[in-house]
Amino acid sequence: MKGRHAIGVAATLLFTLLTACDAPGPMWFWMRPESNFARILQDLFTQIVVLAVVVFVIVEGALLWAILRFRAESSTRVPTQTHGNTRMEIAWTIAPTLVLVAIAVPTVRTVFETYNPPKVANPIRIVAVGHQWWWEFQYPDLNIITANEIVFPAGQQVNLEIKSADVVHAFWIPKLGGKRDAIPMRTNVLWWTADQPGTYYGQCTQLCGTSHANMRLRAIVKTDAEWQAWLSAMGSATGVPPSRAPENVQRGYQLVSTGACIGCHAIKGTSLVARAGPDLTRFGDRITLGSGLYPNDEAHLIAWLRDPQGSKPGNKMPNLGLSDEDAAAIAAYLHSLK
Amino acid sequence: MAAIASAPHFAQEHGGHAKEHDNSLWSWVTTVDHKRIGILYGVSSFLFFLLGGIEASLIRTQLIVPNNRLVDPDTFNQLTTMHALTMVFLALMPLTAAFFNIAVPLMIGARDVAFPRLNAFSYWTFLVGALILNFGWIYGGSPDSGWFAYANITSRQYSPGPGMDYYTLGLQVLGVASMAAALNFIVTILNMRAPGMTLMRMPVFVWMTLVTSILIVLAFPVITVALIFLALDRMVGTSFFNPTGGGDPILWQHLFWIFGHPEVYILILPAMGVVSEILPTFSRKPLFGYHFVVYSGVAIGFLAFGVWSHHMFATGLGPIADSGFALATMLIAIPTGVKIFNWIGTLWDGAIRFTTAMLFATAFIAVFIVGGLSGVMHASPPAVLQQSATYFIVAHIHYVLFGGTIFGLFGGIYYWFPKVSGRLLSESAGKVHFWLTMVGMNIAFFPMHFLGLDGMPRRIYTYGADMGWSFWNLVSTLGVYLIIVGTLIFIGNIVWSVRSGVVAFSDPWDAATLEWSIPSPPPEHNFDRIPVVASARPLWDWKYGAAHSHESHAHAPIAGAQHGDDGEHIHMPNPSYWPLVTAVGLAVIAFGILFWIPMAIFGVFLLFFGINSWAFEPAG
Repeated sequence: MKGRHAIGVAATLLFTLLTACDAPGPMWFWMRPESNFARILQDLFTQIVVLAVVVFVIVEGALLWAILRFRAESSTRVPTQTHGNTRMEIAWTIAPTLVLVAIAVPTVRTVFETYNPPKVANPIRIVAVGHQWWWEFQYPDLNIITANEIVFPAGQQVNLEIKSADVVHAFWIPKLGGKRDAIPMRTNVLWWTADQPGTYYGQCTQLCGTSHANMRLRAIVKTDAEWQAWLSAMGSATGVPPSRAPENVQRGYQLVSTGACIGCHAIKGTSLVARAGPDLTRFGDRITLGSGLYPNDEAHLIAWLRDPQGSKPGNKMPNLGLSDEDAAAIAAYLHSLK
Repeated sequence: MAAIASAPHFAQEHGGHAKEHDNSLWSWVTTVDHKRIGILYGVSSFLFFLLGGIEASLIRTQLIVPNNRLVDPDTFNQLTTMHALTMVFLALMPLTAAFFNIAVPLMIGARDVAFPRLNAFSYWTFLVGALILNFGWIYGGSPDSGWFAYANITSRQYSPGPGMDYYTLGLQVLGVASMAAALNFIVTILNMRAPGMTLMRMPVFVWMTLVTSILIVLAFPVITVALIFLALDRMVGTSFFNPTGGGDPILWQHLFWIFGHPEVYILILPAMGVVSEILPTFSRKPLFGYHFVVYSGVAIGFLAFGVWSHHMFATGLGPIADSGFALATMLIAIPTGVKIFNWIGTLWDGAIRFTTAMLFATAFIAVFIVGGLSGVMHASPPAVLQQSATYFIVAHIHYVLFGGTIFGLFGGIYYWFPKVSGRLLSESAGKVHFWLTMVGMNIAFFPMHFLGLDGMPRRIYTYGADMGWSFWNLVSTLGVYLIIVGTLIFIGNIVWSVRSGVVAFSDPWDAATLEWSIPSPPPEHNFDRIPVVASARPLWDWKYGAAHSHESHAHAPIAGAQHGDDGEHIHMPNPSYWPLVTAVGLAVIAFGILFWIPMAIFGVFLLFFGINSWAFEPAG
């Protein structure tokens, strides 16, 4: 019995290992940057890594040589009692200094670069506000508010202002740029121009409470045409379903606009205007829900509505005690918002 | 073993000389003997090392597969916070204190520390602080905002439970213990060296103890201030760190890291000192460039206070501050590099014997180089914008504190265990322990570099299966299991060797420093006669003559062979329970503040009663 058990454990372990090998490769490897900002960080990092590898090989090589060459397990030889060599020691004080100068000069140059966004004609201003445990994105010049998916076009500069509504968070999209902390009562800046359209993963990186690990986000980088379409769609968005909409969508709208949802959420064009929770305008457009946790499909949305705590521990949405039908109606309505 | 057997048995052999030791519980509770206090520190800190290891194992097991539900997120946050706090404050620092206690008085030719009762007080106070810090496992939940506890998530509003109160009170009590111990060792080292032992003849381990103690004395007041502010914010509603009341969360970060960065060196310098003792002994050579090694240790101590903001490069302090702290941080790489080169210089042309202690010491160098180089990568703010708060940093900190501090201290345990117990640890079990730990450590922590580069943040309790992080997380966790096996073998080795190990004579390693000139274990008064020192390697002078010494005017031994002065009339301090009573007073105050204020008032009385009785205790 015991042996069988051990074989079972070993087989499970092996299987896990193999499936892990088979899993998708690292998708967010930031040493392959996809914006100008991430690239200047990467260029500097690469220089440092190259120097570090050279130093590593030389020093570990010398260490290995010494321990292999001068091993004397059984001998009672008393080696020459050298106490030091001042010239040599000065030399190996100067050598690391030179390596560090080679790192320091580009470092300082790049530091200033990161703090000074290139002056361009019409950068897109986006304010990213960290909340426990989701992100709000405001476009102050465009009168748009959205949540958890930051949308902008490739090839245009984005100037980000990073803030927090409660505790310290950190905003990070590995492929596009480094992280900056979101600190209450302060504003930090980041900027970048994304190379090409695509979907990029991001996550809060400053421990911010229970669901810190679930405070994820996506950057949706669009082509110019898609961006213009998104802008006009967001501009003309109205949350009231048209009269030809299916019955359960209508019912969902009724539930949302008269129920507890109005306490926290906003949907443009409706009576929902609260800002405590994520703005749900054009929610059906989003690819994820729960701050980047789940694919935005019917099953996950209903599961969320039925039991928010089960979907995302600690989050501020209470269990509303929705019936299956009500949850389905609300899901249908929310998914119709596109 | 051959080398050990052939080591000349030079010094005083007091077989059966020492009085039967009183081993009653009471004798341990009231002891003021630095060797016994060292053993108490060693055993307690090792138990906390196991506790921190259990926490680490739970963390790694939670992360072994994506979307795991072994522990819930709040428990996970408590585990990561307590793993760091336990390892830093309850395992590594007191383990270095165990070495200070056991080795420093013996190495400088002293009969005890300067203030033996204060020494006992430090130990009991450490135990009290450890109890407070861990009280959350029993009642109310442990601290869960990270060991760095960045404001304002630590405020009553966002951390309503008692966890952060245990944090503020526990760390303050631990600070008292550390301060008292550090002052004790500074005074001991400066005033109680044997005649002839100038500062520049002190063993490097003693030097590093001195530098570490000075760092503790300068760094702990800063965290104490921060902790008092935080306690006031939480308990009486002040707004030092609360932004809605006009406070500044960034102020906490500055105060914490002004303490926190020197703290890193408080953890690593003693290990560097241990390695600087082991390498020469098992290379049969003096330390290469003693002066450079000492000065670089002092330089690291100085620079430690000028680099704290490199922990805050993502905070957005502005280009001038970022550049300044980047350059200061890079400077630290110079003395660190000098140390590594001098250690390799010590090995060079030596006659190297790979005992387990030596394996750990050389592995320390090999692994510390990795941590040092990733440290240089973290000195560059723009590069840090990508690395910070990812597993790349977790890899770095573990290469430095596991591969560095723990390897150095394991080496020290194998090295000094015979001096303390009179028996050698098993070398064959030791080598299995070493290789499991070395391989396990690299399997556990090297993949974390890849995870960091792939964008995995630290301190997350779960991750998606579609992130591409599954493989290296699995590998890393398996590495931790190897470390666990190695540690179990180590425990077995200790338990077996303390009773049945090969008997160690006074000088099993053919070493050069004073502690090896007296019996193992040493008599209570250590030295029958205080030795007179003429070089940095007094024992080698006496064993092999001054010809081997750099200082040609070294004299023949004065102490050592002759022990005509019987040890019976040497005045040694009496046992005392007042240090324990005083420490209990601190505990009563702390728990009173937590649960019932009148109890705290009683604690204050108990504290003063303890101090008063201690002060007027008759000298016997």
